[in-house]
Amino acid sequence: MSIRGKAYIAGIYEHPTREATGKTVPQLHAEVAKGALEDAGLTKNDIDAYYCAGDVPGMGGINQAEYMGLKLRQMDSTETGGSSYVLHVNHAAQAIATGHCKVALITLAGRPRADAKDKIRVRPGGGAPAEYGFEGPFRPTVTNMYGMAAMRHMYEYGTTSEQLAWVKVAASHHAQYNEHAMLRDVVTVEDVVNSPIIADPLHRLDCCVVSDGGGAIIVVAPEIAKQLKRPSVKVLGAGEAPKHLNGGKIDLTFSGARWSGPDAFAEAGVTPADIKYASIYDSFTITVVETLEDLGFCAKGEGGKFVSDGNLISGVGKLPFNTDGGGLCNNHPSDRGGITKVIEAVRQLRGEAHPKVQVPNCDIALAHGTGGLLGSRMGSGTLIMERADA
Amino acid sequence: MSEQQNSKPQVRAPRVNHETKPFWDATAEGKLLVKKCNDCGENHFYPRSLCPFCFSDNTEFLECSGKGVIYTYSVTRRTKEPWAIAYVTLEEGPTMMTNLINCDFDNLSIGQAVEVAFVDTGEGTALPFFSPC
Repeated sequence: MSIRGKAYIAGIYEHPTREATGKTVPQLHAEVAKGALEDAGLTKNDIDAYYCAGDVPGMGGINQAEYMGLKLRQMDSTETGGSSYVLHVNHAAQAIATGHCKVALITLAGRPRADAKDKIRVRPGGGAPAEYGFEGPFRPTVTNMYGMAAMRHMYEYGTTSEQLAWVKVAASHHAQYNEHAMLRDVVTVEDVVNSPIIADPLHRLDCCVVSDGGGAIIVVAPEIAKQLKRPSVKVLGAGEAPKHLNGGKIDLTFSGARWSGPDAFAEAGVTPADIKYASIYDSFTITVVETLEDLGFCAKGEGGKFVSDGNLISGVGKLPFNTDGGGLCNNHPSDRGGITKVIEAVRQLRGEAHPKVQVPNCDIALAHGTGGLLGSRMGSGTLIMERADA
Repeated sequence: MSEQQNSKPQVRAPRVNHETKPFWDATAEGKLLVKKCNDCGENHFYPRSLCPFCFSDNTEFLECSGKGVIYTYSVTRRTKEPWAIAYVTLEEGPTMMTNLINCDFDNLSIGQAVEVAFVDTGEGTALPFFSPC
């Protein structure tokens, strides 16, 4: 498959300003987006993909997507300096050709001249995200931002600290077999709920580790995979979605997995019942509970019950998860855990997980990442993979 | 009564930009604003030049009653001076991040009625904290 003839450029707009005094960078991005939409004869709600580079303030394109109120299936913030936007057209065309989106927006904006004269200075490379003044003064931390999501989930669905603790208990059962895991001691529900509260309602043992390290992944074409000696793993489907505070209409009881999951399952042609092993991003125990619900492993609000009684422990429960010990016990390198999620799923599909946690006949696995904060804005990604000989 | 009374909120001046200056100027006068869209009629927060729901640039500031309810909160406890971060849903619709002050941290609840309690930053702005009412 190529992009040839699969994608068209339908709208363009160049901002008339040459000195944007009185405007912000997020505002300029929104104004050019509005201009290109009007040129194309489309509306904001037609956009399902957003491409931007380092001139956008914030984490990738998530903060700008929030400013513009976009609901997206695809997002890419490839940064190669001034050429970024040419690459973005290529990446957008690839995404359209493979059915991952239909209407992609690409923006560039900045105000270096106005910055130089302005009392309201912004940092080079994009400046402060638009929401910054409305959040920073209230001292959001990673833990209290996940804590607020957990509090609301408990309020709406009756989820308990003991149920959340089961996520950590399961991770610890797996970590005992991983010689590299930071925390190898098996813990109990009591251990978790009796550990000190960091930020309500999350205890120390509800939180992932802080660790150094890293990981890498090689993705190849099928004809190359066939020539290699190691067991390979087929990519079946993927979905992605940012989630944000939606102009103040907020709901912290679900994550972006609610949107990335169905896209990934549809492309893969499988359902949650087909998944033999799942790597679920576990920055905190609540992250796992919300994600499992959003991916459809159980009904919304039932995540607490689903993870209880060892249901995530390999060889014990219905859905073996994070058999390396996950972020909760093994590793969260550079405070980013997504790559370790893919790596352990590949080990499971190769049959190379630790024998004590290897899932028998593991033919289809899922890896899900949650970047950012469950309590405000995040980038969610779901990947479904299959053993190559399956 | 808990010892964890938040009597001295930590006050950090907000980062102000061209789009948000009217909001922060109003805080100095004890007024809480959200942005209203004159085309689709929706209110939004944080304030933007373009409506995040319909992309209209026909938006204006709307003065709020300052009353709302706690959507969620979390008390950060592993620190010398705990604080309560929260989201409050305003009577006018949007939900905003804040801190809860002048309250017993062990007696907060989701759904509780609160009202804005501005605290001067000393830099021409005031932070919109909230207290139970």
